[in-house]
Amino acid sequence: MRIKWNAKNRALVFVLLAVHLPVVFPGFFSPNDYATQNRNLPFAPPTKLHLVDEAGHFHFRPFVYELNETGSGERGTTYQESRIARFPVHFFVHSAAEDSSNSGTPRLHFFGVEQPGLVYLMGTDGFGRDVFSRMLFGGRISLAAGVLATCLALSLAIVLGVISGFYGHWVDTIVMRGVDIFLALPWLCLLFAVRAVLPLHIRTTETFLLFVGIIGIVGWARPARLIRGLVLTAKERNFVLASRAFGASDFHILRRHILPQVTGTLLTLAALLIPQFLLAEVTLSFLGLGVGEPLPSLGNLLAELQKYSVLTSYWWMYCPAMALVLLFLAYQWTAKALQDEITEVTW
Amino acid sequence: MLRFGRRILHAFLVLVAVSLLSFLLLAIAPGNYFDEMRLNPQISSKTVETLKIKYGMDRRWPVRYVKWMHSVAKGEFGYSFAYNCPVGSLLWGRARNTLLLAGLATLLAWMVALPWGVLEALHKGEWMDRAGTLLTALLLAIPDVLLGLFLLLAAARSGLLPAGGMTSTNAGAVTTFAQTRDLAIHLILPVVGLALGLIPILVRHVRSAMVQVLEASYIQAARSFGIGKFRILYRHVFPVAVNPLLSLLGLSLGTLLSMSLLMEVIMSWPGLGPLLLEALFARDLYVVMAGVMLSSAFLLAGNLIADALLYWSDPRIRAV
Repeated sequence: MRIKWNAKNRALVFVLLAVHLPVVFPGFFSPNDYATQNRNLPFAPPTKLHLVDEAGHFHFRPFVYELNETGSGERGTTYQESRIARFPVHFFVHSAAEDSSNSGTPRLHFFGVEQPGLVYLMGTDGFGRDVFSRMLFGGRISLAAGVLATCLALSLAIVLGVISGFYGHWVDTIVMRGVDIFLALPWLCLLFAVRAVLPLHIRTTETFLLFVGIIGIVGWARPARLIRGLVLTAKERNFVLASRAFGASDFHILRRHILPQVTGTLLTLAALLIPQFLLAEVTLSFLGLGVGEPLPSLGNLLAELQKYSVLTSYWWMYCPAMALVLLFLAYQWTAKALQDEITEVTW
Repeated sequence: MLRFGRRILHAFLVLVAVSLLSFLLLAIAPGNYFDEMRLNPQISSKTVETLKIKYGMDRRWPVRYVKWMHSVAKGEFGYSFAYNCPVGSLLWGRARNTLLLAGLATLLAWMVALPWGVLEALHKGEWMDRAGTLLTALLLAIPDVLLGLFLLLAAARSGLLPAGGMTSTNAGAVTTFAQTRDLAIHLILPVVGLALGLIPILVRHVRSAMVQVLEASYIQAARSFGIGKFRILYRHVFPVAVNPLLSLLGLSLGTLLSMSLLMEVIMSWPGLGPLLLEALFARDLYVVMAGVMLSSAFLLAGNLIADALLYWSDPRIRAV
């Protein structure tokens, strides 16, 4: 399968990069650490970037002011900018690192403001942690969960689907009965059931890996059936039969003739499954069964919105949710582009 | 008919396999309700042991499985440790609430999605189709969790609709009419949320089913005979396009019990969702298991119904 390098696909690649780079390298793109708390600034609104200062002078370099608490009322704490000192924004700065992620060594950030200024692009949460940074780090965890679970599910699906489609007979029967059983279980219920089996209080890394395992194992059935169907038709194609007549081994036929016919569908499946599994992680974390604090994930960032006061008063807490929607749109677009590519090739 | 009997038998076997699988999972699970109980200093270890024996948790899993099967046959689905009563009695009321919610949502979603999909297919490539496709893509990209939260936000901001729950606290012993009205008001939010999640998927299927038939050569032939637009639609397109939709209908009937779990938790609707989640946290395993079994039974039944509908609607399948 050869992908055309036309304007549409270029735009798609650009969008995918734009969505993924900040999430894959959150340490570089986020100005703050995800776990550092600033107890003086709970639920601070997004920091405003200024170009014109108090005296009316224009600056080419954007700058921020310091936020000061002016009182706390019914709708939470209110803040005001103190316009005494300007803190200009710089690109490629080294943080004076109390980074929990890399023990004290200064770290290069894409952007930041001069010390002791603070920049919160998407405000702060109830503990005064930077929502933007938490979103990027959380996005990395959620995305990793989605991608790893997809890899696991697809590898299971390839092995089982290809074996069952290629060899048929009793192997096929057994695998397809397995598929029937897994398809008869609603996925959320199945996730619940498997989660019920695991201890509730385990370390976060273990939870994460277990998670990926669970989601991956639960999700293999549907792709396996699809791949089996493809293999069934692929192995009856004339050139495959010819190759067999020339005495090619099973392995050779699988590698040279069958798998290439499946690749396109595999890619499309991956583009469809990654957001789906990412959503599974988000759902479980949202319900408090997944990745736990202080580690952020898109799911437990969303979970904070369950609090009534957060839901109604702090609009910036929705930003991570919007990122989720953007990510989904990007994957939808990818899946559609791949699908079109395949149909063009096959028909 | 013989074929159909085999399908039913097959579904039943799958159900048994599902139960065996989940039972095995629960049996090899580390930790159970009584381990959590043991951590409680107010309960003596002797009490825990007696309770364990009372519920038969000291036996090996095959014994427990057979016992559990007995209670399933009686409609009890095992015994809930946390509620101290048979799971069945817990489940039915909750399942009724879930069915009410999911049933209405499914109905609404189909009623919106059918005309929408048909319109898109009839105007394929025109602005109406493109706008519709864009809208479904957007709706598809918004996860259910977020839809629910947005609706809650809207309700909280406007104050027009109650944010969550199933009944108002002060709606005690008033007339049936007032009660129904109260219930209806509480239903609006979760039903709309669920339906919005379901609509884009349905619209896509309806559209593709319709487009496929509309492009067929016999439709062109019918058109060239000068048959009217509506007659073509009703006599030639719908009967064929309905096939994939019937399978979809079966699927959406099958997911009635499981589709709304998340929305129920968000909107604090007293259905199966919150019950299962609580049971999960309390490690009340028989409740979780019953929920899983009931949902998968529904799913299998949905598939069977789809099969039956297809058999009834399509003479080509009957001929085989």
